[in-house]
Amino acid sequence: MTKVASLEKALSFITDECVLMYGGFGGVGNPPTIINGILEKGVKDLILIGNDAGFPEIGIGKIVSRERAKKLITTHIGSNPIAGKLMVEGKLEVEFCPQGILAERIRAGGAGLGGILSDIGIGSVIEKGKQKVLVGGREFLIETPLQADVAIVHAKKADTYGNLIYDKSARNTNPIVATAGKITIAEAEEIVEVGELDPESIITPGIYVDFIVQSKGVDWKWAWE
Amino acid sequence: MGMGVDIRNHIARRAAKEIKDGMIVNLGIGIPSLVSNYLTPDIRVMFHSENGILGMGESPEKGEEDAMLCNAGGFPVTILPGASYFDSSTAFGMIRGGHLDITILGGLEVSEKGDLANWVIPGKRVPGIGGGMELAEKAKKVIVLMSHVNKNGEPKILKECTLPLTAKNCVDLIITDMAVMEVTESGLILKEVMEPYTVEDVVKSTGAPLTIRMEGNEFD
Repeated sequence: MTKVASLEKALSFITDECVLMYGGFGGVGNPPTIINGILEKGVKDLILIGNDAGFPEIGIGKIVSRERAKKLITTHIGSNPIAGKLMVEGKLEVEFCPQGILAERIRAGGAGLGGILSDIGIGSVIEKGKQKVLVGGREFLIETPLQADVAIVHAKKADTYGNLIYDKSARNTNPIVATAGKITIAEAEEIVEVGELDPESIITPGIYVDFIVQSKGVDWKWAWE
Repeated sequence: MGMGVDIRNHIARRAAKEIKDGMIVNLGIGIPSLVSNYLTPDIRVMFHSENGILGMGESPEKGEEDAMLCNAGGFPVTILPGASYFDSSTAFGMIRGGHLDITILGGLEVSEKGDLANWVIPGKRVPGIGGGMELAEKAKKVIVLMSHVNKNGEPKILKECTLPLTAKNCVDLIITDMAVMEVTESGLILKEVMEPYTVEDVVKSTGAPLTIRMEGNEFD
């Protein structure tokens, strides 16, 4: 059974107001083919969960700057000034989370945990509205798990079962995000038959992946050009 | 922050002297990213990047960039022998687990107790938290590089920060275009003054008391 699907099929799961989690860090590792597909399909009012707001014309940044999202749970929007502008204008709700804690909340969501205990941000705005617990005399915040209707990731290679291998620093949040979608769609640069990937080198086991689409190539090198 | 390239490089060169052979180091964006240019060849360190690299090397030559190999700011980098890649959960596990020897960060304000504000200017700039909180709270040594005063000439080193905090009691050393100051339990110690400034200039531009204990100048 192959999980390889057309882009149209994969996009059929991404609808207005759905919670969409995305892999990538500063645009690098966002799945551009799926993102461009979302834009062409005209989906709106998305609730986005991911590391950052990308760049205005790169990766997930395009969805933000074209006002297709109503909420963003993230760590940083500095590389996408349009995100900041929309936030100030009240057109985009932004919830900030420390970077590693966002990763752990996503991991908790994918791993069936009720949350994580974190001492990051105690005494700052981060603790606002969060329950605190004492463990061994130390104070921690309860950080809740994050899951998504659909998670989208970028991989260097996929086999038809959905086992994934990533590419250098484009790995970043992708392996964690892949675990936390009710439906996970991987965009892969190369798709091979099962058995062709070395089991020792697989980073994301195929159990997490529902659909694989062929990438049309990445667009994020423009971040520095 | 309105400082010239020469001054930014001067601060970076002074900060490089805090890095010792064998350390694991994370450099923030802005002036901190210049520090690696000033390490002498006898100093070998592993540069950590929160997007999932340990063992980052220099910027690639133009035309040699790899779209899949970037630092946390999205700019192309290279790797050194012994480098590794990992996911963001691992990258921050390294930070929170206390495995980083030094982080060098930018700053908007630092208090005399070592509180750091560097993530937001309410109503003006909202870049976000990123990995700054974890780095500031959990690295073994936190060095802040910034201009001594803001663009209105007001001190950025204060008794109490006025901007929202990134982390409390986290800063160990402050290096500015005017001076080097250590944060101790009994307050700020002025250790070095950068030319052409005098101790009086530094005291006048600082919003918290300074104990003066000059022990030789590492600026060059």
